[in-house]
Amino acid sequence: MNPVEVEGLTRRFGDFTAVDGVTFRVRRGEIFGFLGPNGAGKTTTIKMLTGLLPPSEGTGRVAGLDVRAERDGIRERIGYMSQKFSLYADLTVHENIELFAGLYGVVGTRYEERRAWVLEMSELADAVDRLAGELPLGWKQRLALGCATLHEPSILFLDEPTSGVDPVARRRFWDLIAAMSEAGTTVFVSTHYMEEAEYCHRLALLNRGRLIALDTPRALRARTVDPIFRLETEDAPRAVQALVHAPGMVEAAMYGRDVHVTVENETTGVDTVRAALAGEGLSVASIERVEPSLEDVFTALVRAEGGAVVG
Amino acid sequence: MSPLDPHRLLAVARKEWIQLRRDTRSMILAFALPMMLLVFFGYAITFDIDDITIAVVDEDRTAASRELVDAFVASDYFTVRERLADRGRTEELLVRGRVLGVLTIPPGYARDRAAAGRGATVQLLLDGADANTATIAMNLSGAVAASHGAQVAAAGASSPDRASNATGAPVRLESRTWYNPRLESRHMIVPGLIAVIMSMIAAMLTALTIAREWERGSMEQLAATPVSRLEVVLGKLLPYLVIGILDVSLAVVAGMLLFGTPLNGSVLLLGVMTVLFLVGALGLGIVISAVVKSQVLATQVAMVATYLPALLLSGFMFDIASMPVVLQGITYLVPARYFITVTRGIFLKGVGISVLWPQALLMLLFAVAGVALATRAFRKELEA
Repeated sequence: MNPVEVEGLTRRFGDFTAVDGVTFRVRRGEIFGFLGPNGAGKTTTIKMLTGLLPPSEGTGRVAGLDVRAERDGIRERIGYMSQKFSLYADLTVHENIELFAGLYGVVGTRYEERRAWVLEMSELADAVDRLAGELPLGWKQRLALGCATLHEPSILFLDEPTSGVDPVARRRFWDLIAAMSEAGTTVFVSTHYMEEAEYCHRLALLNRGRLIALDTPRALRARTVDPIFRLETEDAPRAVQALVHAPGMVEAAMYGRDVHVTVENETTGVDTVRAALAGEGLSVASIERVEPSLEDVFTALVRAEGGAVVG
Repeated sequence: MSPLDPHRLLAVARKEWIQLRRDTRSMILAFALPMMLLVFFGYAITFDIDDITIAVVDEDRTAASRELVDAFVASDYFTVRERLADRGRTEELLVRGRVLGVLTIPPGYARDRAAAGRGATVQLLLDGADANTATIAMNLSGAVAASHGAQVAAAGASSPDRASNATGAPVRLESRTWYNPRLESRHMIVPGLIAVIMSMIAAMLTALTIAREWERGSMEQLAATPVSRLEVVLGKLLPYLVIGILDVSLAVVAGMLLFGTPLNGSVLLLGVMTVLFLVGALGLGIVISAVVKSQVLATQVAMVATYLPALLLSGFMFDIASMPVVLQGITYLVPARYFITVTRGIFLKGVGISVLWPQALLMLLFAVAGVALATRAFRKELEA
């Protein structure tokens, strides 16, 4: 039995379908990334899995329990960190830990142990008497992670846990997630930062409420249909203009001072690009094949679906 | 999973207590407001009338007529503001509200009084615009006149040259008021006021609490834990119940010290009844905040839904028995109605549970209904 099993999960708000027939399985102990732009349906899916929102259609099982009928059982087995910081800002670090320990039934010596563990993990031992609302955002998020894992849940749901945090704090947060996964916890995490996706074992790509791909980051990158070249030229904006409408080109875009161009055919690609630029009187300083980033993959997959990226 | 786990219940209650302590607005609402209201209403609302201004038109101008006017003045209830020789300005004085009544002693008063068996007649015109005050003035003037008449008769009987005055005062009604012998309305108001104020404060306090969780987003985190609805409702209710009991205790002491309200009955019984009443009132506040989900709106709804009925439909200001039947029916839905009967009963009459059990039972019913409705209304799902 997988920790999370979802079949045709759908949620509608009036005429709007936020999550549209999503099907997937999360394996034990893996970091399962939910990737997609804002509004893709990530939060709605997580709310359905954590029992906060009843699905309109489809089935979902978390820790073997039905998300509609056995919500109470699910809540005891999972940890959840919502997108917005939602611990009690007017309670201290200590009081928040004490509250959630009480709510999760973590008492006695186990409470002492878990409290010590949370303070060490979150590096908040020196801040126990500070009000949670006064902490820097990165600290708040570590406290929220601590409160969500006090009861040692087997599955952790993190909804964009690092949004708004600086890259250093973000990196540190992902190290914590990786450590928990190694210790056997299944981590279901959503993000819209493409670079964070590399930390995940498997990725589910979501756009407009639909699951458009599910694989390891490596397999996803390998899957891209069209080859991508990076080229240096004296006038990148003009080069993009010239390439976008040239035959044999799929897409061209600025990447810093360079141009990334996606071509239909790898073998004839380089010549086609040179020819197109020569027609505009532009020279090519260098051109080389590049590994597609997840962002490229995402864009390509959305394009293959015939849709536009939300957000 | 048990729906009522003591650890979870206490975790919620402790958290709520800490938040309450740190929230100045809630503290003001919990302690300053009830005391302010008690003092303000205690001094402002008084149904006592101890200064009825009258004008006197003495057309008789005899020793006897002056004796009668003196009797009115001596009663302490009446103050003579104008003395007139004739009735010409009577209406003007009443219309302008310069006096509440005009006592007219017609010519021949002394003669009629002296004539055995006839009795003398005087007229008191009253401003009936305020029917309540007019009724009281009428009763008081009747009493003054009767007492004066009896005195005159007694004096006549004891003087040898008026041997017989059999018709003077054959029957004398001597009424005595129990429980509040001096009929001081403040004694009646303070116990009632405690019920009115606590209806409002209790509902407003809890109305803030769940709405605040929705507004700050903490409800979502709370809802993702195994805590049950009943645990949240009771956990939130407990600290406010403590506050409510403190409030009532303070109000009782303030009532006794500031207004001299006697507490004749059992303090313990008052305590138990207070708990029953508060649980229902606090539960109502939670129902409101769970439905409305905004702090501002929740407090406003709580105020209108509790304060007005408690003030108008509880028997605090208006006698329930003289209301239209429909309104009388509605008063049964106002828990303050029962609590007022209880507080007045315990304070003034010193009665016990043998008399107050129907009120106790009905308040228990409201308490259970309040908690049940609050638990139902408070939906853990963010959206149904």
